[in-house]
Amino acid sequence: MVPLSYYLVLSAFLFACGVAGFLLKRNIITIFMSIELMLNGVNLSFVAFAAQWGKLSGQIFVFFVMVVAAAEAAVGLAIIIAVYRTRETLNVDRVNLLKL
Amino acid sequence: MNPNLYLWLIPLLPLTGAAINGFFGRRLSKQGVSAVALIFSGAAFAMALRVLLSLSSLSLPYVETGVSWIRSGSFHVSFAYYLDQLSLVMLMVVTGVGFLIHIYSVGYMWEDEGLWRFFSYLNLFMFFMLTLILANNYLVMFIGWEGVGLASYLLIGFYFLKDSAAAAGKKAFITNRIGDFGFLIALFLMIQHFGSLDYQKVFASVSDPASTVATSVLTAIGIFLMVGACGKSAQIPLYVWLPDAMEGPTPVSALIHAATMVTAGVYMVARSHAIFDKAPTALLVVAIIGTLTAIFAATIGIAQTDIKKVLAYSTVSQLGYMFMACGVAAYSAGVFHLMTHAFFKGLLFLGSGSVIHALSGEQDMRQMGGLRKKIPWTFWTMTAGTVAIAGIPPFAGFWSKDEILWRAYSQGPNKIIWALGLLTAFITSFYMFRLWFMTFFGEYRGKLESGDHSAHGHDDHGHGHSGIHESPMVMLVPLMILALLSIGGGFIKAPKFLEPVFQTSAAVSGPEGHVLATQSAAPEESGDKSTENTLMFVSVAVALLGAALAWLLYLKSPHLPGQIAESLGGLYRTVSNKYYVDEIYNWFLIAPLIAMSRKWLWKGVDQGLIDTVINDSAHGTSDLGGALKHMQSGNLRSYAAWLTIGAAAVVAYMVWLGAH
Repeated sequence: MVPLSYYLVLSAFLFACGVAGFLLKRNIITIFMSIELMLNGVNLSFVAFAAQWGKLSGQIFVFFVMVVAAAEAAVGLAIIIAVYRTRETLNVDRVNLLKL
Repeated sequence: MNPNLYLWLIPLLPLTGAAINGFFGRRLSKQGVSAVALIFSGAAFAMALRVLLSLSSLSLPYVETGVSWIRSGSFHVSFAYYLDQLSLVMLMVVTGVGFLIHIYSVGYMWEDEGLWRFFSYLNLFMFFMLTLILANNYLVMFIGWEGVGLASYLLIGFYFLKDSAAAAGKKAFITNRIGDFGFLIALFLMIQHFGSLDYQKVFASVSDPASTVATSVLTAIGIFLMVGACGKSAQIPLYVWLPDAMEGPTPVSALIHAATMVTAGVYMVARSHAIFDKAPTALLVVAIIGTLTAIFAATIGIAQTDIKKVLAYSTVSQLGYMFMACGVAAYSAGVFHLMTHAFFKGLLFLGSGSVIHALSGEQDMRQMGGLRKKIPWTFWTMTAGTVAIAGIPPFAGFWSKDEILWRAYSQGPNKIIWALGLLTAFITSFYMFRLWFMTFFGEYRGKLESGDHSAHGHDDHGHGHSGIHESPMVMLVPLMILALLSIGGGFIKAPKFLEPVFQTSAAVSGPEGHVLATQSAAPEESGDKSTENTLMFVSVAVALLGAALAWLLYLKSPHLPGQIAESLGGLYRTVSNKYYVDEIYNWFLIAPLIAMSRKWLWKGVDQGLIDTVINDSAHGTSDLGGALKHMQSGNLRSYAAWLTIGAAAVVAYMVWLGAH
């Protein structure tokens, strides 16, 4: 059996990748995918803990996260399409009309 | 069982009239406005008459409970109405004289553009005055008390485009505020010590022999009530507003500033007699203030030349008489004088209004004279009023004034009160006959008939007649009715009628020195009878003497007053300038107050403290926003960075929590 710490290290790595992509990338779609990466990193630690303690609540939580992520993808992609249609770019640095 | 009197309707009727004229009067015709005002004030009078006629089947006092108003713990106030002999006399005076003056006003104010406004205010005044006298507790009385002050303010400043009228209105209002402050403190003391403001409860706990309330508290309540009465009834030191109040239209001077409102203080003191009976010191204060005001105002009245100003100071002086009566515990005599005074002073004011009307607005008596033949009806009615106020039998003023002087002599704490009262009677007779001679006798000194029509005085109701003319019937009929009342009013046995109200207190109050002896001592005792007769002759003689002196100075040898004034020099100037009381108040009270308000309250507190705090907090918020606005860069990735840093901070905090 693979020890818990392995899962957690992998989960932290995935989450850190997500954060890095979230902060460093300029393309909205890449940022969006980074968010998904963070969510899945968290999901991994949920199921790892669920298996470790033999409780179902962690797995159920993962289902909820996946549902929310799916909803977020639907809304987020719609927004991205709308932004692209008006601004004709996916570079977040150029989507900055709401500043002072 | 008492029949239902619907007392609550009596005040409400004039209020309805005021509302109709106030809201729709501008669109109604003059006839419509007058009809509304007369119908509603007349209906109130009819209701009052109905009460009077059902008197025999009533067991007084009659209480009518209305809507509950304030309920807080054990303290409870409701809109209840109270009728006893005292409020019945007041009710008849207010609705009766009030209705007559409404009729008179139709003629007097007919040419005025603001007729609807005038009648709306006048009806509003009736509402508040009736609330004041029919109230069953001090708080409802206070509503009426404040309300008549408001109506008085509105009517004094009726010609509000004139600076002096607006200023006089403000002066009346502010001076009254000082008195009302005293009244309020008296009410607070009552709530604290009696837990109620209902007449019955307060008086019952005052008269209760087992009462634990200290005499000093009762004295304080009495004196604070008197402060309130000083404001409303124009007594020293708060009388200064009443002479200025003559800026209002003359019917207002007659109704509010002579017959009814200014007597509210007398009514209040008489109503609170149970308290004053237990507080001899407060009663002494009432007597002293009343006596001093009576003599002080009378002397000012001698040297005035404006016909309405003479009557105004006469009113202050007569109100002093009423307080003098209350101060020697002769409340019934005071209220009797209040009633007769309402008749003859209302008459005199309306008569002076008729004179002013006849002369197209002239108010200076030096511009009058010889009007006897030209306006005979006004002359004869004014004569009745003059003789009545001078105290010549058998006219109304004689009976009440004689009653007061007799009571002041027989039960006053000191004969000085009686002596000053007698001196005042002499001066009263003198200045009233001076007014009478200057106005109606001798040669006409004005210039109206010579075609010069520019002599419009300050009462500028522009009527289009020219030359001296008698007033219309609508003004003369109220004059005649009031003249009849001034002649015969003294035969109304008001003191006897009022006795039950004041007797009960004396019976309950127990041995309390001279104050008690007063009420129960029967004036019919034979030993006193001869003294009473002697005093009566003295007061009549004094009145005739005053009249004779006026005749000598103002008819026989009119050059004498000027010479006397000349030889008196400074004294005459002091008196004709009203003892410089207004100036003294101005220097010692008003000017420092304004300077202090300007320097400390305005520049210091308002600008220095309040404005600074408000402005600085606004500027601070704005600066903080200016500094923080740079966070809103519009750079999405910087937002993401802030988010991450925040999340990292929360996680770090939770780790730290877990470690400890």
